[in-house]
Amino acid sequence: MHPALSVIFFTVTSGAGYGLFILLALAHVFGIGDPLTVGEFYTAGILSLVMITAGLLSSTFHLANPKNAWRAVMRFRTSWLSREGVFAIAFYPFAVLYMLGFYINGLELGVPCILFALIGALIALITVFTTGMIYGSLKTIPQWSTSLTPANYILLGLASGATFFTAIRALAGSEVGTIAALAVALVAIAAIGKVIYYFWIGRESITINTATGFTRAVVRLLDTGHTCDTFLNREFGHTIDCAKVGLLRGVVYLLAFALPIILLAMIATQNGGSGLALLAAISIYLGTGVERWLFFAEAKHVVNLYHGRQSC
Amino acid sequence: MKLGLVIDLDVCVGCHGCAVACKQWNTSGTTGPLTDTDAYGAEPSGVWFNRIRSYEVGDYPHNKTVHFPMSCMHCEDAACVTVCPTGASWKRQEDGIVLVDQDKCMGCNLCSWACPYGARELDPASGTMKKCTLCIDRIYDERLPVEERQPACVLTCPAHARHFGDFDDPESDVSRLTRERSGYALMPEMGYKPTNKYLPPRQKRTVDTSDVARGGVRDKLKAWVNRVVAR
Repeated sequence: MHPALSVIFFTVTSGAGYGLFILLALAHVFGIGDPLTVGEFYTAGILSLVMITAGLLSSTFHLANPKNAWRAVMRFRTSWLSREGVFAIAFYPFAVLYMLGFYINGLELGVPCILFALIGALIALITVFTTGMIYGSLKTIPQWSTSLTPANYILLGLASGATFFTAIRALAGSEVGTIAALAVALVAIAAIGKVIYYFWIGRESITINTATGFTRAVVRLLDTGHTCDTFLNREFGHTIDCAKVGLLRGVVYLLAFALPIILLAMIATQNGGSGLALLAAISIYLGTGVERWLFFAEAKHVVNLYHGRQSC
Repeated sequence: MKLGLVIDLDVCVGCHGCAVACKQWNTSGTTGPLTDTDAYGAEPSGVWFNRIRSYEVGDYPHNKTVHFPMSCMHCEDAACVTVCPTGASWKRQEDGIVLVDQDKCMGCNLCSWACPYGARELDPASGTMKKCTLCIDRIYDERLPVEERQPACVLTCPAHARHFGDFDDPESDVSRLTRERSGYALMPEMGYKPTNKYLPPRQKRTVDTSDVARGGVRDKLKAWVNRVVAR
């Protein structure tokens, strides 16, 4: 699949934004770690909203006819893309009311404020899930058509959100042992999910034989029928060689998982300063970006079978 | 009604006539134009509703060239319609034709991702998805003579490799052909129940060439001329 930068930026940035909001709401409501300061609350809250909004705006750059983008919420009952749009919009009032409640009442949590925070966090989680399901629901792309896809989207969103939250709190000078430990756990779980995914996509299940119906003989392409690139080639024909996949997976393991885990663990054990937390956040953000690029680049659409690929 | 095509792989000669007729009709049809980019340049590209690929099936000497025209299968369970967020893609209840409302499409490409057959192509000029309409503006046009109320690809095929009809009627041409010639659907494991069916190549008697005389003076002379003249 063609890795479109607008979609990669969207899923990575808004995923981390939703993760950050979820962590903020949970840490605030359940009192995880040291009590929040006002500055931390606004930094985390506003940053999450900015990231979510920037991501959503970027996703519209992927549309060839954005003037009809408002119609995307019309098929909630069948389309995961529509569901994502609806939940992304539904998130905003709760997030804004939560922040407004904070502005009015300060750090004192009233019942409405708790409700807004928890409902907002739940919708944020559902939105990331629906983003994953847009890809997970496509049977035509065997590498995506697995429950690991939405699971990875959620786990990476939470992991990067937790790392961002740790960085914000550390930079504000708070004691972040508990939150950093939580972030280590979330990044580790996300790493396990991604490793399982990389093993899972190793097998190819659909062949040129069932695609053409000639199941008792070897089928080879003689002629694609076109002399230059077509929409189908450009959109689905993207290929990547094994060495590059190996290298980039290494980058993902390093930047998205290993480095953040080490840095966050150092912070959790009081061995590092706030600079390390910022480095961890930058590292996981870049690592997730590479991970998302690979997610597209490694996906093999079954239409490639008609263009001569033996299996997908 | 369940309208669709039957494509006879036994007689298709791979002339691309169906694709050209399709392009010609539909570029001025309901979802036209089918925009071309760099049409007269080095990298010509454009929107086509119908594409023909050629395959070699089996190993020599038991091999065969098969030409394979593909357009929208008008699936009974069309995933492209399910995933469409705007409601631009829809499947007509009365005849099963899958269409894209050009006024509603936002060009997100998701339907083309959901289609296993590569039947949908984005028009870069309008920013909307375009696809085979089964020539809906021909087959219901009462100003045309009855025999011409068929998709352009079917009418034009010089080998009669394409047939159009109603699969719900067990006595229609398409139903009969599918029944008698073991017509099959492509990539059935997707579960989208494509309406269009393909007729496999017939088993044919192999032409025996063992009795053809070889190695005479005439053949040697011919071979020598071929070598000299070829390059």
